[in-house]
Amino acid sequence: MNAARAVRLERQNRKLLLRLCVGALVMFGFGFLLVPFYEKICEVTGLNQLLRPDHIGVFNTQVDASRTVVVQFDANTHDLPWRFEPQMRSLRVHPGELVQVAYEVSNVRGEPVTGQAVPSYGPQLAGQFFRKMECFCFQQQTLEAGERRLMPVVFVVDPALPADVHTVTLSYTFFEVEGRRQTSEAPPPKAGPRQRTS
Amino acid sequence: MAAVIPDPLDHHHHHAPSGLMRWLTTTNHKDIGTMYLIFSFVMFLSGGVMALTIRAELFQPGLQVVQPEFFNQLTTMHGLVMVFGAIMPAFVGFANWQIPLMIGASDMAFARMNNWSFWLLPPAAILLLGSFFVPGGATAAGWTLYAPLSVQMGMGMDFAIFAIHIMGLSSIMGAINIVVTILNMRAPGMAMMKMPLFCWTWLITAYLLIAVMPVLAGAVTMILTDRHFGTSFFNAAGGGDPVMYQHIFWFFGHPEVYIMILPAFGIVSQIIPAFARKPLFGYASMVYATASIAILSFVVWAHHMFATGMPAVGQLYFMYATMLIAVPTGVKVFNWVATMWRGSLSFEPPMLWATGFIFVFTIGGFTGLICAIAPIDIQIHDTYYVVAHFHYVLVAGSLFALFAGAYYWLPKWTGHMPSDRLGKLHFWCSLVFFNVTFFPMHFLGLAGMPRRIPDYALQFTDFNALATIGAFGFGLSQLIFLAVVVKCARGGKPAAAKPWDGAEGLEWTVPSPAPYHTFEEAPLVK
Repeated sequence: MNAARAVRLERQNRKLLLRLCVGALVMFGFGFLLVPFYEKICEVTGLNQLLRPDHIGVFNTQVDASRTVVVQFDANTHDLPWRFEPQMRSLRVHPGELVQVAYEVSNVRGEPVTGQAVPSYGPQLAGQFFRKMECFCFQQQTLEAGERRLMPVVFVVDPALPADVHTVTLSYTFFEVEGRRQTSEAPPPKAGPRQRTS
Repeated sequence: MAAVIPDPLDHHHHHAPSGLMRWLTTTNHKDIGTMYLIFSFVMFLSGGVMALTIRAELFQPGLQVVQPEFFNQLTTMHGLVMVFGAIMPAFVGFANWQIPLMIGASDMAFARMNNWSFWLLPPAAILLLGSFFVPGGATAAGWTLYAPLSVQMGMGMDFAIFAIHIMGLSSIMGAINIVVTILNMRAPGMAMMKMPLFCWTWLITAYLLIAVMPVLAGAVTMILTDRHFGTSFFNAAGGGDPVMYQHIFWFFGHPEVYIMILPAFGIVSQIIPAFARKPLFGYASMVYATASIAILSFVVWAHHMFATGMPAVGQLYFMYATMLIAVPTGVKVFNWVATMWRGSLSFEPPMLWATGFIFVFTIGGFTGLICAIAPIDIQIHDTYYVVAHFHYVLVAGSLFALFAGAYYWLPKWTGHMPSDRLGKLHFWCSLVFFNVTFFPMHFLGLAGMPRRIPDYALQFTDFNALATIGAFGFGLSQLIFLAVVVKCARGGKPAAAKPWDGAEGLEWTVPSPAPYHTFEEAPLVK
């Protein structure tokens, strides 16, 4: 290999190296860009809208008195020093009927704790027919030390709910938002999450 | 290996350090290739021991050998070690050894960076394997490290995250080196469309690596900050979403499976023409097929996520896009078979492995097509059917091609012919035991046995016992390979410069074993 070719090659190699490194860095950034991109797609397509209120008027609100659906209420906490339970375990409602229920929550830790409730539905299909007008899950909730609170949920079961669904379970899990536990001091990992997380 | 001990007649080699320092400081592509191959074989054996422990536990229903917590660590670490420790470094080892020899370059473009790419791997492996011994044990979130489980794991997870960062960095550096070497360092006259197909597949693989390894690094960084720095990328309580992790992971993960198979296609495309004594059928279409597989790999990721409750439109798109990949893959299989058609075939060990690859890999490709059908996938998601599918493509695909390549180029690396008899024994034992292990898993999966669970219902006992027997047979068969390589490195029938009469390419123009320095004067390719 003559010297001129070696020098030229060296320069070309460095140029390409630089470009490929920039490419790798751009792709690292792209990985993080996927986060807002994902959120935007969910917003545009209306997927995954668990934590936003539904508005009356976007669906048929005529009460279907010929039909009764049992709504069961479930409450869980995920590593949170709160007592959290529904005031009633289940309720018979007509589709289209506006219903208000309440959950009772109290903080048993000696300091303020912030939590976020995440709803989930059983059967999963029922989720898209379960319209929440008002819910404590739309905001993070901060409870002072020892505070006890009643939190309302206002909902309508959409009459479009498929006829073969007779029971809908609304399940909330409260997660702690601040003061996440130190993973290194956590007990040895279990085979799975201790509770359903969503 | 004997191949890389400097030739005393080699005048270029003046002040090289000896002993351990030689290996630590070497910038020679052949030394580094050898180290990659030895490293990946060690990782292959350690991942294999994990697999055999898993199979021992699954020999009978109930818990006999390990506890569920440890079982989950084993399945996770088996996947991570085999993917990032065994298969990927092994292909980089082949690239290091062969690409400069095949394109007539004296070494890789950035020799010092090449040394770094390799020496990042052992610390990463120590971090990964060492995490078994930290409180709470190794990560048990599955090799995909899905949130929220990976956000909740003990400190073994942090070890795994750092190990992945380091191995990712190593892969990116290796890939950049390969791209620059192939694009800039080819001998005069070696046009792109004259390049051996192994170089083409590696060039495309290297681009895939540069594109997706940083995305994986980003995903595990997000897990790390979710775990320790109060972010909520995947934490539903803080407004995040665990399903988003799956999207980011599989944006990396699907190209990753082609990263592990495209170089295998390249190796097989070198071997089939050599032993059919015919040029490769449809060279240009092979190049285009490889490129289209690589491009399509970016737009099909969510077929791993049909069970997450995706809208039907999304399922349909990802289903059809995935099935489209069968077209270029079919072109490749067709071309290999057409190359063999009316060739004067002989079945030395490399050709046996390559032919076995075509048979068994195609079965795995076909079950992949079945998994791609969304309504069927909902049924077989996370069952042993999926385990059977990806072991057919990763073991019978990538690993068989690696063995084919090793038998094919061992004469060039060591200067001795590998034992024909042992090579054939290794092949037939592996092929039979591989199928005994993984074929019954299709039935188990169709019958509904879930993967990653240490216990199972009684009706699955017979097939599981069979699979365990096969797995131990397969594992022990790999010791034959170790024996072949050790024997071959120590001595044996001397190999000619071109030990396979049908072989083509620049690597066969240098003596066997390949001298420490080759192509210092670039050859002229006509």
